[in-house]
Amino acid sequence: RDFNERCAQCSEVNWGLTDGGRFYCRSCHNVTERTREVVNTDFITNSRVQTISKGSRKQEKNDGGSEWYICEGFQLVLKKQVEALEALGVCPQMKDEILCNFWRCYLQKSKQAYCKRPAGEAVKALSVCESSTDVDSDPERPSLLHLLSLSESEGDLQTDCSFASSVSKVSESTSVYSGSVDGSLYLMKSQKEKLRMTMPMTLSFCYMALLWMREPITLSELLRYVVEGHIPYLNVFQHFPEKMKLCGLDLKIFCVESWPVYEEVFNKMHELAAYLDLPRFPDITESCFLHPDMLCMKYLMEANLPDELHNWTCRVVKKIGIGEVDFLTLVPGNKSTRKVKYDVLAAAVIVVVLKLLFLLDDHYECFSVISFISSQTKVYIFYSGGPYFEFKKWYEVVKHSLDVQQKKLDEERAKYLWRCEKPLFYSVKNKAKVLKRRQMVVNLQNQFGKLSSSVQRAEKPNPSSFQLSWSEKNTDGSCFHRHSLKGILQEKRGLLTTMNPDYWLCTVKLCNEKLCGHLAHYKEVEFPQSYHFVLGLFSFLLQVQPSYIHDEVCMIEHKLFNKKLYKKLKYNTVLRK
Amino acid sequence: SSNEHKLNFRKSKEACLSFIQDALLQKEWKRAAEFLTCYIESLEKDYSREHIGPSEMIWRTGAEILWHHSQSSMKEFNCFMEQMKTLGVKRYLKVCLEHVFHLLCNGQIDEAYQNLSLAESWRFGEQTAIQDKEMKLIQAYRGLLDYYSWSKQKNILLENSEDGFSDSAVEQEMHGYFRKAAVNLKEIIKIPGVWDIFVKCYVDLLEFYGDHNEARQVLNEYAYNSKFPANPNAHVYLYQFLKRQREPKKSLISALKILHDIVPSHELMIDFNTMLQKSKKRKKRRLGLEVIFAALDYAGWKENVKAWSCLARQVKQIVISEKHLDWIKQEWNSRKDWWPAFHFSRYLAKRNWRENKSLSYEKALVAGILLGKGCKYFKYVSHQGCKAQLKRFRMLKKFVNRHNPVYLRISG
Repeated sequence: RDFNERCAQCSEVNWGLTDGGRFYCRSCHNVTERTREVVNTDFITNSRVQTISKGSRKQEKNDGGSEWYICEGFQLVLKKQVEALEALGVCPQMKDEILCNFWRCYLQKSKQAYCKRPAGEAVKALSVCESSTDVDSDPERPSLLHLLSLSESEGDLQTDCSFASSVSKVSESTSVYSGSVDGSLYLMKSQKEKLRMTMPMTLSFCYMALLWMREPITLSELLRYVVEGHIPYLNVFQHFPEKMKLCGLDLKIFCVESWPVYEEVFNKMHELAAYLDLPRFPDITESCFLHPDMLCMKYLMEANLPDELHNWTCRVVKKIGIGEVDFLTLVPGNKSTRKVKYDVLAAAVIVVVLKLLFLLDDHYECFSVISFISSQTKVYIFYSGGPYFEFKKWYEVVKHSLDVQQKKLDEERAKYLWRCEKPLFYSVKNKAKVLKRRQMVVNLQNQFGKLSSSVQRAEKPNPSSFQLSWSEKNTDGSCFHRHSLKGILQEKRGLLTTMNPDYWLCTVKLCNEKLCGHLAHYKEVEFPQSYHFVLGLFSFLLQVQPSYIHDEVCMIEHKLFNKKLYKKLKYNTVLRK
Repeated sequence: SSNEHKLNFRKSKEACLSFIQDALLQKEWKRAAEFLTCYIESLEKDYSREHIGPSEMIWRTGAEILWHHSQSSMKEFNCFMEQMKTLGVKRYLKVCLEHVFHLLCNGQIDEAYQNLSLAESWRFGEQTAIQDKEMKLIQAYRGLLDYYSWSKQKNILLENSEDGFSDSAVEQEMHGYFRKAAVNLKEIIKIPGVWDIFVKCYVDLLEFYGDHNEARQVLNEYAYNSKFPANPNAHVYLYQFLKRQREPKKSLISALKILHDIVPSHELMIDFNTMLQKSKKRKKRRLGLEVIFAALDYAGWKENVKAWSCLARQVKQIVISEKHLDWIKQEWNSRKDWWPAFHFSRYLAKRNWRENKSLSYEKALVAGILLGKGCKYFKYVSHQGCKAQLKRFRMLKKFVNRHNPVYLRISG
């Protein structure tokens, strides 16, 4: 780890790094053959490692900052994130072994470190603009606006333009494109050849590590923890040390103004896994949390559905083979298999099971005999075990809670504070303006904060795996876990089967995902309200778009009814099971 | 695209803003403050492409909250407004003006005046020219406050002169205010707009100093210049001025004619009708009938005794003279379908009789003429009146009975 060897010439342990990435002894200037390694994830604490600067560049800038590379910044971000995950109960091995190695592998592949000549070397000339003549006379220097537009991060065009123009107007005074050494190069890199690191990608790294470790955190949960603030993401740069000054183009890279979307993080993760040439991930077996049987159980509980439904989800899983190890385990780079979204898949299985049992055509589930009788007499129909499950009642109870939670979520989203105390400025020029603005904002926030209602929630609530919870202790009968499915099942030849003989397919033909991005088109078709509701429920729980779950549902249905589909090619959407 | 539903800064703040607006509509000031606290950081992001930016939103919503919130004070409000002035130079004068309005609402006349003076002296490159309209308004309001001071001095002076004192210092001050006020008020009323209060004050000043010509000119301009938006009050002011000046009926009538056209339900229609009825010219009397009928088309006049007595008087006079019955017929033609239910129902008869006998008397007369002695209204009221042995009701009954054939001719 730390380069602790004694120098061959002078026996001192006082090492520095040349630009070529080799260690040299500072006492006697003996250069070794050892190449630079990032010794541990705590770059900044290893102050013995320093770089020699070339003549034209200062070692320390006037504002007390020192040089830093973009990848160092991301390294810090990852460190913070994985520490937060540890605090949530993830095994510490993930940080020290898994993520660390992934990161090193990435740095190596993208030639940012661990190789003979780091790519950052070529870019040094761009980082500091020393005088305007240099800026104008270099014809190969890319325009700032061009750099800004290359960035993936959102920003408003106006700020970009004003920044660009403010920088170009500079004559005598120095300005910086970025606080980091390679900020501008970073944005210039074309995305295709090297997987450029972005903030959302840090979460892809985390998820990849979690998947490797088979930790019981799904991607949707991870993203929820991020949004709830348990995992640093939004303003994580404020934890950068003082010496790492952030300004200019760094902001484009590190400041996010939107929450990452499941799809984005998911797809990136797979790209990353392939890029790093990772081998087959550890097997996802039946005892893993990510196995559909396990996740279905969790989601059934959270959706307040009867435990008995679990038998059915397991049956479906088994029938279509999505519980197989080979199906579930990730093999990076294998383009023929569909990438598994464990959480969405489990939710989709439950939706399919509900369709199997209750049809969900806005009629059957509401007007079943049980419902009819009980609505007449206002009585739960009991058998010796407990009440029968009734869809309509379940719907009412869950809808109520869901509406309450959704309303709460909407308000929380409206109240997000995106800025942090650490002020951000594009250039030294507008620093004063930015600080002044910040001061005004703080004053106003204080003024109106005092007039706000009641006590503000000072701390985030503790992270919880469940968003909705239902207790059997409630006497109002709002918990449906123990309810029985007997009302809709019948025995046939010794097997329990559904009384509902029908099923309707969401779509008769699946689209080509590679062409149009989806397997099916949720918004363009009118589905029954019950179906919308059920999709909406899981959409809320997983915080993904309903269409996302709908795609998985279509996929499962097509696997399930595979044979029948090839027999009946007429566009008859109701099949007999 | 998949990014449409992404929650980002902008969407989050949009949602926040709509929560603020909802809370304001519900008058939930604390809740509005809570969301505004979260909205404020959008000042740090550039929105210059938007039509209305966050700084304007914050100014408007913040002012509302601070004005109504129980725990807020005038001091806090003022402090907030000062901050808002620094936020947007393009809005500077508007913010100043609104601040002044709030101060006036709070009775802080002196502070308002100071703010107006300060705003008047503001200069900011080309913005000064762009915000010219606001500047004129600021000057106009300062003129208004000068008028207010003038008015106070005038009252002091009048009091003193009553007591026999003469105070040249007060007089000088008064004249000083007059000059300041007149200059600014005169300027604003040149611009097309609705300047009721400025016009009134300016005319008051002119009249006091005897410049009636100027006053008349100003009022004529205000009422008749087509560039100015149609404004009933302009005509009212002109009429009142002419009346004060004891102008002949002819000019008074012509001033009110337009008012009748614009606002047939105006309260001055009674005066108008009274003048017209007395006129020797047939056309004018005809107009008078039209005017009073038109006024009574409006629900607000249903229980106006004076109006009914005007109509009753005119109708009675026509019936007795037996001339111009066709006038009544013409007016009644468009009303015979709905006036009976509107004015002359049995329910109203009972109510009017119970609440206001004079009203019922006048109405009964009109009803009797227009609908005949058999109409519900007349029958009930006259019966009640005779039962109560009130002389005028007996007379009424006789009158209507005598002239019943008229009804037949009208209703045909």
